[in-house]
Amino acid sequence: MAEKTFDLIIIGSGPGGYVAAIRAAQLGMKVAIVEREALGGVCLNWGCIPTKALLRSSEVFHLIRHAKDYGLSVDNPKALLDKIVARSRAVAKQLSTGVAFLMKKNKIDVIEGVASLEKGVPAPKVVVKGGKGEGVYQAKHVLLATGARARTAPAAGLEPDGKLVWTYREAMVPDALPKRIVIVGSGAIGIEFASFYQTLGAAVTVVETLDRVLPVEDEDISAFMHKSLTKQGMTLLTGAKVTSLKTRGQTATVEVEAGGETSKLEADRVILAMGIVGNVEGLGLEALGVKIEKTHVVVDGYGRTGVTGLYAIGDITGPPWLAHKASHEGVVCVEAIAGVKGVHAFDPWNVPGCTYSWPQVASVGLTEAAAKAKGRKLKVGRFPFIGNGKAIALGEPEGMVKTIFDAETGELLGAHMVGAEVTELIQGYAIARQGELTEAELMATVFPHPTLSEMMHESVLAAYGRALHM
Amino acid sequence: MTIPITMPALSPTMEEGKLSKWFVKPGDKVKPGDVIAEIETDKASMEVEAVDEGVVARLLVEAGAEGVKVNAVIAELDGEGGADATAPPRGKAEATPQKSTPKAPSASPSREPASSPSVAAAAPRPVPQQAGRRPRSSPLARRIAAQKGVDLSALSGSGPGGRIIRRDVERASPATRAQPSGGVASLIEPAVLDDRVYDPASYDLVPLDNVRKVTARRLTQSFMQVPHFPLTIDLEIDRLLAARKAMNDAATDGSKVSVNDMLIKAAALALMACPDANASFTDKGIARHKAAHVSVAVAIEGGLITPVIRDAHSKGLSQIAAEMKDLAARARDRKLKPQEYMGGTFSISNLGMFGIRAFASILNPPEGMILSVGEGSPRAVVRNGEVKVATVMTVTLTCDHRVVDGATGARWLQEFRRFVETPETMLL
Repeated sequence: MAEKTFDLIIIGSGPGGYVAAIRAAQLGMKVAIVEREALGGVCLNWGCIPTKALLRSSEVFHLIRHAKDYGLSVDNPKALLDKIVARSRAVAKQLSTGVAFLMKKNKIDVIEGVASLEKGVPAPKVVVKGGKGEGVYQAKHVLLATGARARTAPAAGLEPDGKLVWTYREAMVPDALPKRIVIVGSGAIGIEFASFYQTLGAAVTVVETLDRVLPVEDEDISAFMHKSLTKQGMTLLTGAKVTSLKTRGQTATVEVEAGGETSKLEADRVILAMGIVGNVEGLGLEALGVKIEKTHVVVDGYGRTGVTGLYAIGDITGPPWLAHKASHEGVVCVEAIAGVKGVHAFDPWNVPGCTYSWPQVASVGLTEAAAKAKGRKLKVGRFPFIGNGKAIALGEPEGMVKTIFDAETGELLGAHMVGAEVTELIQGYAIARQGELTEAELMATVFPHPTLSEMMHESVLAAYGRALHM
Repeated sequence: MTIPITMPALSPTMEEGKLSKWFVKPGDKVKPGDVIAEIETDKASMEVEAVDEGVVARLLVEAGAEGVKVNAVIAELDGEGGADATAPPRGKAEATPQKSTPKAPSASPSREPASSPSVAAAAPRPVPQQAGRRPRSSPLARRIAAQKGVDLSALSGSGPGGRIIRRDVERASPATRAQPSGGVASLIEPAVLDDRVYDPASYDLVPLDNVRKVTARRLTQSFMQVPHFPLTIDLEIDRLLAARKAMNDAATDGSKVSVNDMLIKAAALALMACPDANASFTDKGIARHKAAHVSVAVAIEGGLITPVIRDAHSKGLSQIAAEMKDLAARARDRKLKPQEYMGGTFSISNLGMFGIRAFASILNPPEGMILSVGEGSPRAVVRNGEVKVATVMTVTLTCDHRVVDGATGARWLQEFRRFVETPETMLL
């Protein structure tokens, strides 16, 4: 086993690695994938999927508590945290098993163990230790897809202890519902956990260093979310920095500095969601001369690292840290290796971003500020959920769809949405961008009635002063 | 379905033009390819073809209207669904009050997007692009191409199945490409033959390939941007010819050294002897090259390319001869790699074999000098007051005055003369 050679060895079986493996197998390559834990990586086991299961529970709970609004009566609903977590774990398990099946179906060797690299020709050698797959493997190409983990800041005490101070990992499997939670960081991960725990009844405070929540989103969306989350009872501290975190007994004390003033927050649990760092350690990358900047491997648009035969994709290569970005990069990288004609370099601006809080947030392309900064003349359309029949029928009248066009060429520069189900809608705009449609095609498209998608149409019309229901 | 027809751009820089003539009137049926109007700028005129099928609903700009903005709606078609019966009356009724001056609402650029949402849907194309079917392209690529005056049929697409996408158009657009150098492109009028003067049937139009496009652009830039001057001298080359003959006679492997190979070597040595002359002008300073990389102009079918003999100063004549033979052969087959025709520090162009006595080449930026070599022929020379016959070759050095002043160029020519007229010194 240990002497087997491959066309491609992939290190890491997250959505970047396993998708790249399948695509490579489709292209006729002999592929192996090395995994140190569970197939599917963080996304399937500890990220995207299990959190969506948790958020679905909180969403259903939210609806039940508002049953009266829909003419229904439910007595004394309760959230059973252990059952909610068990369901989430079962969903993750099911998908991980699914990945195992896909590996088998595509005749991809799964090597269990921890991989590191050594100099080799034509690609670095892969040394696997500490698992059933121990041995040295040689391939023509090696692809790093080792992902990332939560950023910590030990100097300020921002370090998980597994008890009172959590990362996403512990926050996903709580044994009891904390009464007071402080979440450090208001990116997608922070806001999703904030939404989950808030809905289940915890008192949630989010601390964000920048001047707004979801700071990578369009400013209008951040402002909308700020209002909406605050209305739900959440406390949002923006422009605020955690200067120290101390735990004593069952209480964590978080010291926050904002506008020159320091205040103290007490909490039962603290969740660290300050971004992520790439998993670049222990792989032997330094010795190979791989260029690393700020914990991320530097690559070109095709995942090439500059070291012959070594490629990298996904979170380890930098933002946006999203599963679908990793999968897409994996496909681009593998197709380029295989010499598929017409492969285009990865373009980060066509990667949609989604936050599955309540309300949801989804976007693709440039924010209005970024588009302006590029010196473009803009046409901006906004359409509110309150103007959409389906949104009102659903009992979800809060939200907005914003579209940004280049006034000269009609290019859809960006789309930003907040409200119910927008994460399912954003793909429409992603297709429009990828297919290089202009406002003319979007206007000429027939959107079905009654659907939330009609707001996508209206927003485009609004950008050109032609909205119908506003 | 109403289809707007917009004012096309005849060139990347065109902003407005005159609608000189309509060939259709409201109620006329048109099909793709039908000529519907003629437009003019002060430099060119072109016919506008219909792209879609339909019935002309109304003409929004009067024939003879000047200053019609590019992309303004000039007419509307009722598309395939449009009923013949209703279209004409509506057209007639509204065409009259719209007696269009350029200030008609539909021609005003500020209001244009609101009043003509689907400009791209019926962008007319100028007649010269009439060849065959429209290539597959994205809507955004079509619109940007129309705005920049890029001919889609001249592009190859990099999208799925060869579809032309925005990137392809932006790369092809001369306006886009010329921008970093500071708008010189805008000084150059679009090169168009006026159909009224040159009947299109009276000539064959050879499409521009990439080599021709790049050559045209670079030479135009060079000639317009670089302050250049020529320096001419006569060289006696009898000793050089004798040395060449001796070398070639002595060669056991049949390899031949040409006069040009010897001039490459002499030029390279002169560059090393006169380092001020081996230089490029940059905004940050004068780049003084440490080695002599000599570009040699080679005529290829449909253009010109300049393969580079790298480190020519340190190479022997037989090596230069062998490299030159290989590079020239592969240049003609268009098989050179970019690194083989880029990175020269000086150029030589030789038209001696065509009997040209003297000429002055255009600089090959960022190189600071180019040497134009004429024919070597027996000529009368005056030596010690007596007329003698000698083989004389006239060479002209074109210099970029920003890096090479007259005296520097003259010094280089002196060095060059020394190596050419006393070829043995090349061995030193």
